Amino acid sequence: MVALSQKALVTSADKPSRRSSFLSFDDAFRLASLGSALIVLIVLLGIIGSMIYGGWPAFREFGLGFITSSVWDVQRDQYGAWVAIVGTLTTALIALVIGVPISLGIAVFLTQLCPPWLKRPVATTIELLAAVPSIIYGMWGLFVFAPLFARFIQIPVSSLVEGLPLVGSILYARTPSGVGVLTAGIILSIMIIPFIASIARDILDQIPPVMRESAYGIGCTTWEVVRHVLLPQVGVSIIGAIMLGLGRALGETMAVTFVIGNANRLSASLFDPGSTIASRIANEFNEAIGLQLNALMALGCILFLVTFTVLVLARLLVARVKTA
Amino acid sequence: MKISHFSVAAGLALASCSLAVTAAEITGAGATFPFPVYARWAEVYNQETGNRLNYQSIGSSGGIRQIRAKTVDFGATDAPLKAEELQKDGLVQFPVVMGGVVPVYNIQGVPTGQLKLTGEVLADIFNGKIAKWNDARIAQINQGVTLPNATITPVYRSDGSGTTNVFTTYLSQVSETWKSGPGTGSSVQWPVGQGGKGNEGVAALVQQVPNAIGYVEYAYAKQNSIPVAQLQNKSGKYVAPEAKTFQAAAANADWKAVPGFGISLTHQPGDEAWPITAPTFILVPRAPEKPEQVAEALKFFNWVFTKGDQMAIDLDYVPLPTPVKDLVRATWQSELKDKSGQPLLKQPS
Repeated sequence: MVALSQKALVTSADKPSRRSSFLSFDDAFRLASLGSALIVLIVLLGIIGSMIYGGWPAFREFGLGFITSSVWDVQRDQYGAWVAIVGTLTTALIALVIGVPISLGIAVFLTQLCPPWLKRPVATTIELLAAVPSIIYGMWGLFVFAPLFARFIQIPVSSLVEGLPLVGSILYARTPSGVGVLTAGIILSIMIIPFIASIARDILDQIPPVMRESAYGIGCTTWEVVRHVLLPQVGVSIIGAIMLGLGRALGETMAVTFVIGNANRLSASLFDPGSTIASRIANEFNEAIGLQLNALMALGCILFLVTFTVLVLARLLVARVKTA
Repeated sequence: MKISHFSVAAGLALASCSLAVTAAEITGAGATFPFPVYARWAEVYNQETGNRLNYQSIGSSGGIRQIRAKTVDFGATDAPLKAEELQKDGLVQFPVVMGGVVPVYNIQGVPTGQLKLTGEVLADIFNGKIAKWNDARIAQINQGVTLPNATITPVYRSDGSGTTNVFTTYLSQVSETWKSGPGTGSSVQWPVGQGGKGNEGVAALVQQVPNAIGYVEYAYAKQNSIPVAQLQNKSGKYVAPEAKTFQAAAANADWKAVPGFGISLTHQPGDEAWPITAPTFILVPRAPEKPEQVAEALKFFNWVFTKGDQMAIDLDYVPLPTPVKDLVRATWQSELKDKSGQPLLKQPS
């Protein structure tokens, strides 16, 4: 027993001298983690670089007109991204308008109101929602949701608002097919809910219980606790969660391609077909050659820029709220 | 769909790696439209000869890119390359099999084959000039058929595809407004309607949206029992799409008119000719780096010409007429030779 511990002592005392001759485990670990971080950086720079390189001919050919023009004519090699940009922003906005309140509702319910036995099933369901592949959302949207949406929403709403100013054009379906910008936005909202909801739940969970309890203690109602105590506490972090959802909504490809109707037209109606940057790329990349391929790459650059801008704005917003 | 094709091809390639190395392995890439029949031929060919064909259906332009880069033994494309492009890239082009594009519709109370359309009417529907089914111009050619007072929803392929290329080629031939408007291409700027992704996307929209009209490959319409319209051909006759009318379109064409057989089979003369018929093409290098690989590819296509007709018919493709096959074989003999000047394919039968 004594001999054993002595031996152990000796070996451990020997270690420092051996360490110096080889790369120590600690150094290797540090290098490996640095490498992992660098790989992300290199890959990202590589993607940006090759997209700018690929898209450059289109930017050179059309200049700023590439962003402002709404013509996308493969026959005459004229390309403009405006319709796709508008479609991308519109669908993402719809997704947020629908998805954020629902996500926050889920988070508040799970953390404040949910009976313990129900917590696990609801939370698991939401996480499963995040694991569904986007092509499944697309197929479900096209084959199941779109016909129902046409029958129970588009047709009744269209006949209700027909002829009215403003809503008569925004919510009027010339051909109620079930697919269109609004359908894409709704499908996207379902896709981003799990992201926003689960992060919002984690954030709400982190609030010290004492705050909530003291608020209840002075006689606040549940609504007052949530509205005036909890939400102000987490406001900034919730914005982060929403931005993550927005990022996904902006870049979603396959599900949107299935349900947006893929038309290169600007329309006042949310029921009309449109297209997004990602869906345009998914549709045309396979058969694209020459300038069309460059234009698609340039679209990719723009999407990258849009997403990047959104993330930066979110950061700035968070920073401002924090200092205030 | 394309992803799954690709993975099937990748799987085939993987499987073949582990097997005997003595058998030849031919690689090809390109058009998605003929993929099902190429896959079937490859399977039977493998059973008979032990040789393998690895075909990746990555789309026509991908096939052209790959054969230009010489990363495959042959490329496949739906839209033929022009003579000067073939010349520039040192490629030889020949047709293998044909298919048809058909207008499909969804009008309550009008079963398949009841609706008749002319080329100009079809073009004007997709142009948005004819907006309702009870338009006078449609009613005039459909006497006895009750067509509703309903807005037509045209449905098109949103992804770039050879099917769209063939369809718009036809519309440009029959309508000046179409030609000077959207024009011809694998994706065009559609003035009205909605886009579905792939044949399955178009078919789903047409079947779900009342009063819709779209276009899909014949095999797809037939296998899914979607109502198909009759079309008036160049000779003024109304014909239904079927093997016989596709064959008729091919039989009347002048295949020698364009080098590389790059003719369009749309809008062909003949009482029985279906007006939207199209061949699909193979590209091989004129001076290959590996002549033995091209020879193997030619052996495969020669076998296809000899034994593949029934398999194509079973999958609702249309085999080439025998005289056309003979023309293609003659092209192989005269244009594809090894370094000593001998034809790459020794004895085509």
